[in-house]
Formats: sequence, C-alpha cells, structure tokens
Amino acid sequence: MIIRKTDRVLVQGITGRQGTFWTEQMQAYGTTVVGGVNPKKAGTTHCNVPIFATAADAMQGAPFDVAVMFIPPSAALAAALDAIEAGVKTLVVLTEHIPSQDIMHMHAAAEDRGTRIVGPNTAGLVTPGECFVGIMPAFNPRVFQPGRIGVVSRSGSLGTLVCLNLVRDGLGQSAFIGIGGDPMIGTTTRDAVTALVADERTEAIVLVGEIGGTMEEEAAEVVAQTTKPVVSFIAGAASPPGKKMGHAGAIVSGNRGSYASKREALEQAGAIVVDVPGEVPGALRRLAGTSGPSTELGKVDHTVTAGQDRI
Amino acid sequence: MNFEEHAGKTVLARAGIPIPRGRLCLTPAEAGDAAREIGAVVVKAQVPTGKRGKAGGVKLAATPEEATAAAEAIIGMEIGGHPVRHVLVEERADIAREFYAAVLNDPTSRSPLVLFSTEGGMDIEEVAAERPDALRRMAVDIRVGFQAADARRLLLGLDLGDASGAVADFLAELYRVYRTHDAELVEVNPLALLGDGRVVPVDCKLTLDDSALYRQAEIAPLGSPETLTDLEERGRDLHLKYIQLEGNVGVLANGAGLTMTTMDVISHFGGRPANFLEIGGEAYTKGTEALDLVLSNPGVRSLVINFCGAFARTDVMADGVVKAWKELKPTLPVFFSIHGTGEDEAVRLVRAELGVEPYDLMEDAVKAAVEAAQ
Repeated sequence: MIIRKTDRVLVQGITGRQGTFWTEQMQAYGTTVVGGVNPKKAGTTHCNVPIFATAADAMQGAPFDVAVMFIPPSAALAAALDAIEAGVKTLVVLTEHIPSQDIMHMHAAAEDRGTRIVGPNTAGLVTPGECFVGIMPAFNPRVFQPGRIGVVSRSGSLGTLVCLNLVRDGLGQSAFIGIGGDPMIGTTTRDAVTALVADERTEAIVLVGEIGGTMEEEAAEVVAQTTKPVVSFIAGAASPPGKKMGHAGAIVSGNRGSYASKREALEQAGAIVVDVPGEVPGALRRLAGTSGPSTELGKVDHTVTAGQDRI
Repeated sequence: MNFEEHAGKTVLARAGIPIPRGRLCLTPAEAGDAAREIGAVVVKAQVPTGKRGKAGGVKLAATPEEATAAAEAIIGMEIGGHPVRHVLVEERADIAREFYAAVLNDPTSRSPLVLFSTEGGMDIEEVAAERPDALRRMAVDIRVGFQAADARRLLLGLDLGDASGAVADFLAELYRVYRTHDAELVEVNPLALLGDGRVVPVDCKLTLDDSALYRQAEIAPLGSPETLTDLEERGRDLHLKYIQLEGNVGVLANGAGLTMTTMDVISHFGGRPANFLEIGGEAYTKGTEALDLVLSNPGVRSLVINFCGAFARTDVMADGVVKAWKELKPTLPVFFSIHGTGEDEAVRLVRAELGVEPYDLMEDAVKAAVEAAQ
C-alpha cells in the first residue's frame, strides 16, 4: 500500500469538481493517472486522460493498478464493486459516510478478488517526491519531504500536522499511509505498519492512532517484532466516553478502545508514545540514537525532487 | 440513531415478528388504564440506553393501582443522562427460559455478526468474559445473508429442547430486520421462551446506521434523536459537528483527528476544552458560522484556532473566521496555528485583518490559550 510512480491510477468520478482538482494535483506531482470513469462521458478526454464508462472498460483500454474514488456515499458501493470486478489491486476509498452495510459488502467482494481496500474515509497515500493518491497536500514542501520516516495515520488532518512537525525538524517521509477514520476500514494500522517494516526506504515509523477499536493494540504485535524505531501519538485522550468525535470509529465504550489500553500496548511493544504531536521528532531521534542503525535518522533526502508547487 | 424499546419492538412487529401486548404511556393514569386492559404488567422506563433495570426503571405491577404507582415513580427519573418521559406498559409473559440474541456490525471481521446465548437476561459482556462457550457467534457474508438453516448450524449442540426450530426462525428474522433497516445493532435480551413454546422478544435494542438514514425514511421517525444542547442543535442544522463540553478554551479546527488532538493538547497543558468543533471536509467553507457557534458558548474565555489544511483550504477557513470576527467583534483572546493548503494567504489574512500573529507550533498556541483562559 505504499504508492509508487510506476502504479497506474484510475480516477472514478474524475469529471466532478473535486475529482478534477485533485487529479490535476496528482498529475502535477508525478502520479501516473491513466484514465477516468464517468458513464455519461465515456469516449471523451478529461485532465488529458481518456474517460471510460466503467472500470472494466478502463482495464481494457488503459490498464491500471490503483483506483481512487471521488464518489458520493450513495453511489460508493456500486463504484467500488465496478473497480473490484475489473480486477483492481488497490482501491482507495476517500468517501466518508458510506452506509456500514455497503462497506461490509465492499470488503466481502474485495476479499474474494484479492483487492486491497484503503479506507473508507481515508485522505490517501503519499510517497514524497514521487507521487500521491487522494486528497493530501503532497505538493506542500513544508508538510512533505522525501526522507526515511514512514507515517501511518487514521486522520488526514492530524497526519498532516505530524508530517509538518517532521519536516520542521529536518526529517522527511518515506511514505504516508492514510488508512481512514471509519470503524471498518480495509487496510488496518497493523497492515500499514507491516508494510513500513518491510519497506527498505523506511528507517523509522510514526504511528498516529486514535481512540476506538483495537487496531493500535493489534499493530503493537508487529511493533514488538521490528527493530525499526516506532513513535506514536494517539488522539482522543481528552474525548468524553460514549461520544462520536467526528470519526465514526473514534468512540470509546467501556475499557475497549480506550486511550490507556492503546498506549500501554504500544509502550510494552517498545514504542515511545508521546503526549503531544510536537514531541514526535524528538522521540524519533531519541529512539534512533539508542536502537537504530543510523543516527542520521530519516533526514530530508534532497536527491529526490518532484513538482512541489503550492496551491 | 438509537431506538427506545417500544420503537424497536414496533420495527420488529412491522417485520412480522410477534411482540408482547403493550402500550406506550405518557402519564400514570394512562399506565393504570393500560393495566386494566392487559392484566398483570411490567412498567418499563423508555430511554435510548441500557441498564434500566439496575436504575430502578423497570417495575412489576399486578393491579392497575400498582401500575399507576410504578409509572408515577418512573416517569421523571433520569437514566443514563436521559429524562424518562414515558413508560411501556406490557403484559407479563409466562417465561420458561431466557436467551440472548443479536445481530451487529463486527469491525474485526468487517461483516455482520449473529450472536446467540442460552444465558439470556444477563449482561452479555459478562457472559462473553466468564463463559465464552455460552456465547455462539457466526460471521455472515453480507452478500449471501443468514437463513434459518444457518441459524440451526449456529445452535447445534445447544440444549434448546423443542425450541430450536422457533429460535432458528427468530434469528433469521432478526437478521432480516438488521439487513432491511441498515441497523448497526439489533439486540433482544432476553428473548423469552414461553410456556406454550413461542419465542418472544421481551426487550429490544435497535441502533440504525446514521449514514444510512437517508434510505430508512420510513422508520427513522420512530428513533430517538440524540439529546442535544441548543448550540449542538444549531451545529447540526448548519451541518457542523459540534459537541459542547464543560471547559473554557474554545476549539475550532479542521478534521476530526486534529480537533480531538487540539482538545488533548489543551488538557495536557492543564486547560479544559469548551467544545469539539471541526470544519473539515466540505464544511471548510463555513468558518463564519463555526466561529459564531464557538463564541455563543458563554463558558469560552479564550480560543484556539488550529488549521492544518489538506482538502480543507486554510485560506478559505481563515477568510470565514476573519469575516465573523469583524462582524461579532469579540473581546476574548484568540490564538492561531495555521499550516497546509493555502497557508501563506491564510496567515497574511489573519495578520492583516486581525493583527494576530499565528504560532508556528500548535502546542504554543494552545499553551497561550490555556494561560489566557485562567
């Protein structure tokens, strides 16, 4: 789920306002967009790529590895099934507020076909200096710089803040993996951490968690087994129990999914859990100094450059 | 959206599931009348939450007078933060055994999960923890569904006597209700096996998926809207996620994660957040309304505005805030941290129009706001 420039990307809902805007941003940054989907505009061209009626048609005319959806909640299931049936390897579902039963249907179909779903309700994937898929400000050089830190986050806004803190401290990112704030997401924290552990370019990992669910606890098992330094911030310590704090997944009931249980699991696995996001870079350097192979931890890598025009 | 017991049972009844005879009563006199008609009854507080029995919200009544007295005691109580406005007066079933049955969304398997236990009437978390074998579970492929035959497999080996057929049918029907109505949870505890062999839901907890309410227009009006404060109601009408809290540091941020984090950092520095308000996603154009909302909370002594724009453009959010500020002319101190999409323009705006210098680190902005609130 680490996005690469060689990944061929299909944009579902490319002709809409957001689809157009973000496709242009992705293209400008270096993402290989090979086509778009809009049943009413099949045969035309938009953002300099061909438009197809369905993802299946697109797979014939312009084969792709990744599909990203700019699709409203009520049409999200149909669009996802279209992409899954077409044989997409990775489906990035940005849409928020998709009915839960539609999401379960989507996951069941994806499992059958071996499709990886990222999201729903993700802000997307970024490989700084290379490409991005989704709605993250990859092109903002104060937020993203090529480097050696892998970041996984359920939240786009908080993930942006953490990446900004890294860059401010002279650290860049090998990859940003936004997994989404919904309770039933396809790619979990554990999956993302596993991918970053396996990634050669990643020297250290920042795990941005959130109250609710048990994904951080499950990821702790992987954290315990890697020698790569892991630093974590978990949002929601001050959230009142029983309330949905914007993210449907961020709700604490009883002791399950609490801040304390996540923090304890990660700390026992050897991660440093910081109290505020600003402490992330310092903690990374502390961990790298003691256990990491390099004290030059993840500094900004100027050998990779791409279009970093700001909007 | 949560449904009170009587509303949940109405949904079951509409789906063809027989429910006990009962009546929703707003006054003690009505409860007495209902008991006169039904006979021996149970008088139950109607609130969209559990643990009513432990709170004293469920009473038996053998006569109309007892029913009147029970309703008198229960109406007006507060259970789990909800005022009791009405009671369900329901016939007392001739219960031979009690079971537990539920269908719910399971985030781990990302599928519907059917649960059944012969240990009904108890707290199911306790059953699951103490006697895991007593709780049967089956993950369902939502594309295939769950039929009585699947239920029979789930029940295999359980001592249900002659009731297993009726229980299996009930589970299949419960699944159908879950699926038809986009439920997140439909739970029947206890599910009663009556002396005559019928199985009847004695209680019902139903929660619909808020994201699917648009296609549940027929039953959504039966649900209990969240209890909201006036300001939360205003937020809802503006399509802004606003939660009122007890503190004195106002929070305006974009994105659920960043807003939660801003609250955390306030607490970390010894302050207390006054609210959760996020204007991420499509709401980023609503800076003006959002600021107005935060300032309407009389508890607010200082304000943190924390923008970290990705999809949400900080220049658009800042423009909205500046406009509202000039119109409302608040006197309390405000502390900004602005980064991400549109940052330069947003910072320029705040500097030029409000004469305020944003902090580079959000922690510094928060610290200053916490100090200013004291």
